[in-house]
Amino acid sequence: MKLYEFQAKNILRGYGIRVPQGRAISRKDAAAKAYAEIGASRCVVKAQIFAGGRGKSGGILFADSPVEAATRTAGMLGARIVTPQTTPQGAVIQYVLLEEAISITKELYLAIVIDRSLQTPMVVACGEGGVEIEEVAAKHPEKIIKEPIDVLFGIHPFQVRRLAAQLKLAGVSFVKMNSFIVNLFSAFIQNDCSLLEINPLVITADGELCALDVKMDIDDNALYRHPEFEPFAACQDATPAEALARKHKLSYIGLDGNIGCLVNGAGLAMATMDIIKLHGGAPANFLDVGGDASLEQVTQAFKIILSDPKVKAVLINIFGGIMKCDTIASGIIEATKGGGVKTPLIVRLEGTNADMARKTLERAGSGIFCVKDMKEAARLAVSKAIESNQS
Amino acid sequence: MGILIHNETRVICQGITGRAGGFHAGQMLEYGTKLVAGVTPGKGGTLQCGIPVFDSVCEAVTETGATASVIYVPAPYAADAIMEAAAAGIALIVCITEGIPTLDMIKVKKYLSNSKALLIGPNSPGIISPGRCKIGIMPGYIHKQGTVGVVSRSGTLTYEAVWQLTQMGIGQSTCIGIGGDPIIGLGFTDILRLFQNDAETSAIVLIGEIGGSAEEEAAEVIKREITKPVIGFISGSTAPRGKRMGHAGAIISGNKGTAASKMNALKNAGAVIVDSPSDIGKTVQSA
Repeated sequence: MKLYEFQAKNILRGYGIRVPQGRAISRKDAAAKAYAEIGASRCVVKAQIFAGGRGKSGGILFADSPVEAATRTAGMLGARIVTPQTTPQGAVIQYVLLEEAISITKELYLAIVIDRSLQTPMVVACGEGGVEIEEVAAKHPEKIIKEPIDVLFGIHPFQVRRLAAQLKLAGVSFVKMNSFIVNLFSAFIQNDCSLLEINPLVITADGELCALDVKMDIDDNALYRHPEFEPFAACQDATPAEALARKHKLSYIGLDGNIGCLVNGAGLAMATMDIIKLHGGAPANFLDVGGDASLEQVTQAFKIILSDPKVKAVLINIFGGIMKCDTIASGIIEATKGGGVKTPLIVRLEGTNADMARKTLERAGSGIFCVKDMKEAARLAVSKAIESNQS
Repeated sequence: MGILIHNETRVICQGITGRAGGFHAGQMLEYGTKLVAGVTPGKGGTLQCGIPVFDSVCEAVTETGATASVIYVPAPYAADAIMEAAAAGIALIVCITEGIPTLDMIKVKKYLSNSKALLIGPNSPGIISPGRCKIGIMPGYIHKQGTVGVVSRSGTLTYEAVWQLTQMGIGQSTCIGIGGDPIIGLGFTDILRLFQNDAETSAIVLIGEIGGSAEEEAAEVIKREITKPVIGFISGSTAPRGKRMGHAGAIISGNKGTAASKMNALKNAGAVIVDSPSDIGKTVQSA
C-alpha cells in the first residue's frame, strides 16, 4: 500500500529525519489556524495524492498569508487533479499538506528500493533532485549512484562516505549523511517498506539535510504485522468497487473496457485480459479470486463486476486446481438468483469438478454460455459485448 | 529423467495438518509421490493421510531419509519453515505459501546462501515430473509424461499451457512454477540451464509476466547457453502501470517491467513468442 506524503513524513520524523514543519488538513476551515501554528512567513500548500507530477499540475502552491493558505486549500480540497502519473480522470484531493517553505541550496535524489536481481535493499542516489529519476536513469545512467545494503549488517559507514563523495557533498552535509541514511534504512526495515523515496532531499541554507518530499510504499504481504497502517488502508481505494473487493480479500483493479473478468490466479487473469484485447475487446477489470476462494467470495466478486455500469458481458475463466469448479458455478447461480442479471455470462471452466459445474450452469438456463477454451471464450465475450451495447 | 525430482524422491510436507497441507498431501500420495512424513510442531506422533507426523523437520529427515520438502505453513511462519528445512539438510525445498513479506525472503535467501538447499517459490504451485513425482498443488491429471520442459511465474496460467500441450498429445518432462513474488529461490535462468542439461527435455516453454527483469535475464542466458527451442509467453500486455496485478511481483514501475520489453528481449534471443495465451500448445507443436 502507498502512504500519503504527510503520513510518510510523520513516520520519518519519528526516526530523527528532518522534514518541514507541517499540518495535514482535510477541512477547508482548518487552513488559517494551521498556517499560524506552523509559524513560517511562507508556506507550501501540497495536494496529497498517490501519484507524482503534482507541481506542474497545480498541486503545489505557495501561500504568504493565512488568507492565501485558506484560499489555496479551499481550491484544492475535493477537487480533481490530473497529472502525468494519474489516470485520465485524475485523483480527488482529500487531504492537503500545509508546510513551511524551506530555503534550499542543493537538491538531491535519494531512495531505498528492493533490487530484485540482486535480491537486496539498495540505496539509489543522484546529484540532481526533484527530477523524474527514471528519465535520468534512461538518459544518463552514469549519474545514478547505487549502494546495495546488507539486510543483516545495515549500510556500512564507508558506503555512505563513498556515496556522499560521489554526490559532491562537503562539510556539515557530508557528515550528516551517515545518520540520515542509517535512520532512513531503519525506517525502511521497521515499516516493511517496498519503496522509500526522498525526492528531493534538500540541503538547507544551514547545511542540514531535509526530506522535502517523501514517497513511502509498504509491502502488502507485511501488513499483518503493521496494524498501525490499517486505518490508512481505506485511502487506497479509488472506487467503492475496490473497497468492497479489499473487504472480501479479492484482488480487483478497475479498468476502462466493457468486458468484466472473473478469473482464478493472477497470471491467468492477466492473460485473459490480453486475449480479450487480442480479439478486439477491452477488459473492464482485473479480478483474481485467488487459489481457493469461498462461495461467498465468488458471489461478491460477481456483484462487484456487475455493479460496474460499463460492463456489457462477463467472461469467467477458471482453471480449477485447488479451486473447485462447482464452487464457482454455485457462486454464479447464487449471484444471478432472482433473474435480475441481464448481462451475458461467458463461462470457461476447466479442472477439478468441471463437468459437474458445467451441468449445474446449463440447468440454470439462458444468458449463461459455457465454452471449451479461452479463445472461444474471448471471441464470444467480445461479440456479446458488442451485441448488448447495441441493444 | 526430468529435472530436480524423480520417482524415488522422498518428500516431507511441512504444515501437513493444515487445511491446504492436508488436502494436497492426500493428492500427492494419490499421484504416487513418495510422501513419507509430515511436520507440524506440537502434532508429533500423530498420523495424517496415513503417514507419520513429526514435531521438527530434523526428526522427520532422520527417521525417513527425505531429501525434499513441500511447505504449506502460513505466511508469518513460512520463512522460518524454509530455514528449518535447509538446516535439516533438505536438498530441495518447495514453498507453496503465498504472502511472505519481501524482507523476510531477503533474509531467507541470505541464510540459504550458506547451504546447499535449492528453493522453489514461494508463492509457487510447485514442481511435477508427470507420471513420476508431483510436489505441489497442480492438478495431476492435466499433465502427461513427455519431453517438453515448462517453467513459469504463474500458477493457473501454467495449468492452462500444460493442458493445451496434453490435449495435443505433447507430454512434459518437468513443469515448474518458480513463484509470483519479487524475491524467489530458483529463477528462470537456473531452470533454463537445468533443462538444457537434461537429456529428456527437447524443448522449453517459458511463461513470464510483467514486473521485474527476470525474463530479460532469461533472454541473456537463452542467447548464450540454450540450444534447445524456447517458446515464450508473457502475460500482462494490457496491464496498467503502477498497479500490482495480484502477484506481489507483477507490477510495472515507470517504464520498467513491461510485457513489450520482455517479449522483445526473448525474441532477440531466438525464442518463439506466442501472442495469444490460447496458442501456446499450437506453437510448441509447430516449433
